[in-house]
Amino acid sequence: MTTRITDDKEVSERQVELQKMGEVVVRFAGDSGDGMQLTGNQFTSTSALMGNDLATFPDFPAEIRAPAGSIAGVSAFQVRIADYDIHTPGDAPDALVAMNPAALKKSLADVRPNGIIIANTDEFDERNLKKAGYETNPLEDGSLEGYRLYTADITTMTRRALEDSGLDLKTQDRCKNFFALGMIYWVYSRPVETSITWLKQKFKRRPEIAAANVKALTAGYNFCDITEAFQVRYEVEPAPLEAGVYRNIMGNGALAIGLVAASRRSGLPLYLGSYPITPASDILHELARFKNYGVTTFQAEDEIAAVCAAIGASFGGALAVTSTSGPGLALKSEAINLAVMVELPLVVCNIQRGGPSTGLPTKTEQSDLLQAMFGRNGDSPIPVLAASSPADCFDTALEACRIAVKYMVPVILLSDGYIANGSEPWKLPSLESLPDLRTEFWSKAEGFQPYSRDEKTLARPWAVPGTPGLEHRIGGLEKEDLTGNVSYSATNHEKMTHYRAEKVRRIANEIPELVVDGDPAGDLLVVGWGSTQGAVAGAVRQARREGLSVSQIHLRYINPFPPDLGDVLRRFERVLVPEMNSGQLALLLRAGYMRDVISYGKVQGKPFFRTEIYDKIKEILEAPRDVS
Amino acid sequence: MSVELPVLKKSDFQTDQEVRWCPGCGDYAILSAVQSFFPTLGIPKENFVVVSGIGCSSRFPYYMDTFGFHSIHGRAPGIATGIKMARPELEVWVATGDGDALSIGGNHLIHLLRRNVGVKIVMFNNRIYGLTKGQYSPTSEVGKRTKSTPFGSIDRPFNPLSLALGAGATFVARTVDIFQRHLKETLRQAVEHEGSAFIEVYQNCNIFNDGAFKYMTEKESRDTQSIQLEHGQPLVFGKDKSLGIRMNCTQPEVVELGDGLGPDDCLTWDAHDPSPALAFLVAQLSPPDFPTPIGVFRSVSRPAYELASVAQVEELTEQRGEGTLQDLIYSGEAWTVRQDGTVVSGVEEA
Ligand code: SF4
Repeated sequence: MTTRITDDKEVSERQVELQKMGEVVVRFAGDSGDGMQLTGNQFTSTSALMGNDLATFPDFPAEIRAPAGSIAGVSAFQVRIADYDIHTPGDAPDALVAMNPAALKKSLADVRPNGIIIANTDEFDERNLKKAGYETNPLEDGSLEGYRLYTADITTMTRRALEDSGLDLKTQDRCKNFFALGMIYWVYSRPVETSITWLKQKFKRRPEIAAANVKALTAGYNFCDITEAFQVRYEVEPAPLEAGVYRNIMGNGALAIGLVAASRRSGLPLYLGSYPITPASDILHELARFKNYGVTTFQAEDEIAAVCAAIGASFGGALAVTSTSGPGLALKSEAINLAVMVELPLVVCNIQRGGPSTGLPTKTEQSDLLQAMFGRNGDSPIPVLAASSPADCFDTALEACRIAVKYMVPVILLSDGYIANGSEPWKLPSLESLPDLRTEFWSKAEGFQPYSRDEKTLARPWAVPGTPGLEHRIGGLEKEDLTGNVSYSATNHEKMTHYRAEKVRRIANEIPELVVDGDPAGDLLVVGWGSTQGAVAGAVRQARREGLSVSQIHLRYINPFPPDLGDVLRRFERVLVPEMNSGQLALLLRAGYMRDVISYGKVQGKPFFRTEIYDKIKEILEAPRDVS
Repeated sequence: MSVELPVLKKSDFQTDQEVRWCPGCGDYAILSAVQSFFPTLGIPKENFVVVSGIGCSSRFPYYMDTFGFHSIHGRAPGIATGIKMARPELEVWVATGDGDALSIGGNHLIHLLRRNVGVKIVMFNNRIYGLTKGQYSPTSEVGKRTKSTPFGSIDRPFNPLSLALGAGATFVARTVDIFQRHLKETLRQAVEHEGSAFIEVYQNCNIFNDGAFKYMTEKESRDTQSIQLEHGQPLVFGKDKSLGIRMNCTQPEVVELGDGLGPDDCLTWDAHDPSPALAFLVAQLSPPDFPTPIGVFRSVSRPAYELASVAQVEELTEQRGEGTLQDLIYSGEAWTVRQDGTVVSGVEEA
C-alpha cells in the first residue's frame, strides 16, 4: 500500500510491494549546480532520524566551474544506510539518481547489477548527450538493460508543480533536486517531514523559496506514488545504535572540534596558521568560525609562513596547529624540523590527497606516510598518528595535542580526503570523558635550564616569553644539553640526537594495547591504518563468517608503533597490509619487525571497496601454501 | 596602581655568549646600539623577543639577553607574526639581512608589512652574502664581481625601502651602523610606531664588501653625500646646510642655497603623508646625482594586525558569549537514540 501526501491528509491508493533491506547505498549525481550535496545531506539527516546507521562520501569535481553538463562538472554524493553497524559509505550503489547524461556516464560502472537508475529525461537532449560523450541516448538504446531504469521528466514536472509560484524559471529549476529527493524518499520509505522542517528553517527569510522546494519535494514523492512504474518500495529498519546523542559529522569538522576541545581541556588558546589547500581548507574555515572560543586563525601568505607562525605562537604559549595536504607538507618540512630542534609543541594536520606533486587534489590517497615519517633532513623523528574515520578525527586531534604538549614535540596527524569529506554519525562524548590536557609553563627562574628534561618524558621546559628570569635563546642550530647554547660538539650532537629520538620512543609507553578483531592468533592478520578501517573491518568479518581464520588490527599510532605490535604480528602466519599507496606501511613493518608482509596497494584516488579486500583475503588463504 | 620597573642597564641585555662576528664588522655597532637602547624603553626585559633568520646578522639574538629565536632562512617574519599574534603585549623585533629578508624571505617580509603586524624589523644591508662567504645579494649593484659572479653580476638590485613602501609599510626608515645617534633615534621612532616598522641599516661587511658605504660615512663626505629626513623640516644638506633638494615639476633636483634660494624653497619632509608617493620618490635618490637619504621616510598610523585579530575574538565573544565545550560538541543537527532504541530529533538528556 502506498501513501500520497496531500495538503492535510494522506491518501492511500494502489498496492505496492514493500521489501525490507538490511542496507541500501544511494548515489545522487548531477551537475555541480544541481545541489546534489545538499540533496544527499537531506537523505542522510532523515535516515539518521529514522535510526539507521549511516556513512556518506561526497565526490566533488576538481574544477570549481567546469562546463555545465560535462563529465568534469559532475558532483556526486553517496550515502549508505543500514539496520546494523556500518563503517563505510558502501561499494556499489543500489540506486543512482542521474540528473544528466554526464552523471550517468560517470557513475554507471559503479552501480550494482540490477540496481535502480532514476534519470532526469529532460536533460538527456542531444547537446548534453554529446557533452557526456554518448553517441546514442542510453535511456533508449538498450544499453541500460541489466538495471532497473526509471525515467522521469524531472525538470518539466518541477516546473509544472511550481507554475503558480510566481518564481522565474531559473529559480523553479533550482528546486528540481528536491523533486528527485522526493522520489528517493518514496522509494526508500522515508518521511518528508524532516526536510520540510529544514527547508522552512533554512529559508526563514525567503518563505517563497521554502514553499517552492517543499512543493517540489512532495510532487516528486507523489509522482512515484501514482506512477505505475514504481511497483516496489524498500524499507531499512533502524540499526541498534547505542543510546546517546549523535550528530552526523565530516572528518574535517570533527578534527576542528577536536582541536578546540583540546584547547579547552589544556587551557591553552588555540592558534591555527594555515594556507588554503584541498582537501584541508575546511579545517581553516571551521576554526575561523570559532572565534568566541578564543581561537585565532591566520591565513598566511604561503604554507611556510603558516607553519612558522604556528611555531612562533607555540613559543608564545599557544596550542599551535597548522593544517595542510601533501604538497604543503613538503613545503613545511624545514620549519617542522625547526620545531623538532627547538622542541616546541606543534600539531601538523596533513589531509592526504593523491600525489606526487599536485597529483589528484580532490581524490583520496594515503601516500604521505613516508613523507610524514622521513621527509626532513637529518635524523628527525616525529610522532605520527592517523585518524581512521570521520568521527575518529575528533579523538585523534585530542591525542595529537596531548602528545605535542606533554612531550614538547611536533606531531603529524594524518587524515585523508576520504574521511575529511565523508561523514558518519558521531556519538557525542560526555564532557567528563575528555582527557585532561592541563599543562604548566615553566616559571622558576632559579636554576632554569632551557634544555633540561623531564625524567619520564624527556620533555624540556616550556618557558614562554614574558616570564621574568627565563630569558633564553632557541634556534635551529644544534643545542648544548641543558643550557641550550649553540654547540658544535660531536658528542653533544650525538647525545641530543639520541634525546630527540628517545623522547618520541617513550610515547609508546602510553599507547594502549592493540585490539585484535577476531582470534588473537591465526592464519592471516590484516593490518590497516587510517581511513581504510571501515573497508578492512567489513571484509575481515565477512571472511570470518565464512570460516576463514583472519583477524584485523588497526593502527592509530605509526610513530612510535604500539609496543605490542611485534608480538601480534608474530602470532599470525601471514600478514596482509592494504593501504591506498604502493606499500608504505608495509615497508615500515618489514623494516621495523623483519617480518615479511603481503602489501596490497590501491592508488586510484578512490577508497578501497570492502569486496576488494575480501577477495584479496580469499586469494591469499585459498592459494596453495608455499612451504619452502 | 603603578608597578615599579627595575632600572635596566646595557649590561642587562648582554649575554655570556662569545660574539662571533669578524672583528671590525658593522654588526657590532648595531648590537651595541640596540643593547644600550632597549634599557631606555621602560619595558620589562622578559617582554622582549628577538627573532632572526639565517645569516651573519641573524646571530643577533644569541647576543641579546632577551627571549630569542634564531629560526630558519628567511622565515623570521613568519615566526615573529605568530609570536606577536599570540602575545600582542610582547615587544617583538626581527634582526635580518639583505639576503635573508629580500631573497629567500621576500614573500614573508612584504606580507608582514602589508598586514602591519606590530613587529620591528631591522634589516642589516651589507649588499653581500657574508655567512656563505661572499656571493652577491639582492642589493648588490649590477656588475659586482663576487665568487658567484666572477664576470660581474647581471641582476638588478632591489631598493629595500621602495619594496617596503610598495608593500604598504606604515613605517620605513634608513640609518647607518656607525651613525650611532641617528641609529638609536630611528629605533626610538620605530618603537613609538604602532604596527610594523622596517628599518634598513647600512652595515659594513669588512670582509667581503668592505667600504660599500664609505662614500657617505667618511667624515669629509658625510655631509654632502647623505641627507637627513626630518619630519616638518626642509631637505637641506651639505656643509653649513648650503644645499637643498627641491621639486622641479615632478623631478627632484639639488640646488645651491643662497642667492634668493632658501630652505623654504626646498621640499619640506612630511613623513606622515597618507600617500607613499613622495617617500617612494625620495627613496630612489642615490649617488652620484643625489645624496643618500637617511631617516624616517614614512610613518603613518594604521591599526596593528595583531590588535585587530584580538579585537575580532573579543567582539565575537561579546556577541555570542564565550563558547563552552558543551556548546562546541552538542551543536549542529543532533538526534538522540533513547535506551529503548527510539530516535528523536535534538539533544535529550539521558
Ligand atoms: S662576513 Fe661580513 S657581515 Fe659577516 S660577520 Fe664577517 S664582516 Fe660581518
